[in-house]
Amino acid sequence: MSMTMKLHYDVSGDDFTRAGEASGKVKAKLRQLGIDPTAVRRVAIALYEGEINLVIHAGGGEIDVEISPEEITMVLTDQGPGIADVEKAMTEGFSTASENIRSLGFGAGMGLPNMKKYTDQMKIDTKLGEGTTIYMTVKL
Amino acid sequence: MSDFEHSVYLDAEKCKGCINCIKRCPTAAIRVRGGKAHIKKEFCIDCGECVRVCPHHAKKTKYDSLDSLNDFKYKVALPAPSFYAQFNNVTDTSIVLKALIRLGFDDVFEVAAAAEMVSELTRKYIADHPEGKPYISTACPSVVRLIRVRFPSLIERLLPIITPADLAATLAVKEALKKTGLERKDIGIFFISPCPAKITAVSSPLGIEKSEIDRVLAIKKVYTKMLPLMKMEDAGDTELKRAGRIGISWGKSGGEVSGLLTDSYIAADGIENVIKVLEDLEDGKISNMDFVELNSCIGGCVGGVLQVENPYVAKTKLTKLRKYMPVAGSHLDGNIPENVYWSKEVEFMPVFRLGATPLESMEMMQKIDAIAENLPGLDCGSCGAPTCHALAEDIVRGVANERDCIHLLKKYLHKISSDLNLL
Repeated sequence: MSMTMKLHYDVSGDDFTRAGEASGKVKAKLRQLGIDPTAVRRVAIALYEGEINLVIHAGGGEIDVEISPEEITMVLTDQGPGIADVEKAMTEGFSTASENIRSLGFGAGMGLPNMKKYTDQMKIDTKLGEGTTIYMTVKL
Repeated sequence: MSDFEHSVYLDAEKCKGCINCIKRCPTAAIRVRGGKAHIKKEFCIDCGECVRVCPHHAKKTKYDSLDSLNDFKYKVALPAPSFYAQFNNVTDTSIVLKALIRLGFDDVFEVAAAAEMVSELTRKYIADHPEGKPYISTACPSVVRLIRVRFPSLIERLLPIITPADLAATLAVKEALKKTGLERKDIGIFFISPCPAKITAVSSPLGIEKSEIDRVLAIKKVYTKMLPLMKMEDAGDTELKRAGRIGISWGKSGGEVSGLLTDSYIAADGIENVIKVLEDLEDGKISNMDFVELNSCIGGCVGGVLQVENPYVAKTKLTKLRKYMPVAGSHLDGNIPENVYWSKEVEFMPVFRLGATPLESMEMMQKIDAIAENLPGLDCGSCGAPTCHALAEDIVRGVANERDCIHLLKKYLHKISSDLNLL
């Protein structure tokens, strides 16, 4: 029998102080499940970067996490502006974040690259003006 | 794990079964069952928060009595750096050190002096192993214990150098053996501790096999005995003093990093703040740091539960005391003492894990979430668990049931009474 556990979180787009709340909750759950600590850390980092992106760029969105004994999949969906050039966005150091956001210590251009680095699979579906969906998987 | 010896314990007679301690415990280690608090040993990190908050003084700390001085022929006192800050009008640390001799010790070895050597060793270690940055301080045993149960991915960042108290003990033993010609068993090394965590670190050390400390006294107990002895005329001898500014500073938050000569550091104090920093470190939110100093108590060691003075006043006293001291009084001079690095790995203790396998844990978590859904979500603590979710966990673990929740019980009783009225 293959068992899975589903978690869903709504991420609000206008509250920086709450960014990281969803990834923190997921981390606590994974810790209780006894998931390998390295995998927990990878999920935590990737999900936090994704959550921050939802807040900074997309005006909020949704996070769906599915945990099975084999893998953890994360789907981040938003109705934001979309990514104009995915390849460029995946380049370390490239950022479209505003001066305002950078002054808060974000926008270093490491978000998407880090999400790729810390996961086993990553796929981006994006359409300008309509939104973005990011799929990430961490194998256990 | 079960033979682990904690210094924090419960005086069941004094316990009223209130919820103060369960709400304050940072690892949710305490439950009230049958009207008394119970500490889950494997969760406890000896931080002393329950000792601090218990209004009935039912949470206590085990420490040795001053009578244990009689167990040895030659006794050496190891005062913690924060010890000096407990007293008024101490303009020179030798006033405190001399009073310790009058109290019955044959010699003193300041932990602050060993701390200066640990600072030197840490600087060298970071320079030699830059790939492991940021390193996390291992001076506060509660922090090391917390990382061991909750932040396994950060274990590799722990600074693998023994604590200043353990280094002081090692050096004091060596000195005493040489000076007296006595056997090791006749020499008593007495650490004067600010907190329960440092007491547990002696009986159940992490990172090393065995501490050279033989007995641990509580600062608050030594304090009262010290007062008359400090008022006595100066006996002349000032040889006792070995520590300078860096060593004394270790008594307060930010003191350890002040000896590292870097600006790329964080110093956090208070267990909730420590947890926040550890979470952020784990998530990769903190970068470009050399060192992270973490103290479980607010203010650092001056905030320990075995202290007497208000921690904020004590901090100021330490700052004033430092003023006319040399930057450091003790140096390694190129000699690295023996056994100064950790000899044992710190192993992850997955106490928060629900089941034996992820699959079993997942099944349990689904049951827990379903039960928690049905609970009122008030986190009132009346059931004896700190939160509704913790009660749900206890129910699934088979150590509590839904009627431990007084709100559910009330509903249940209402239902019975209305059913009876219908008859």
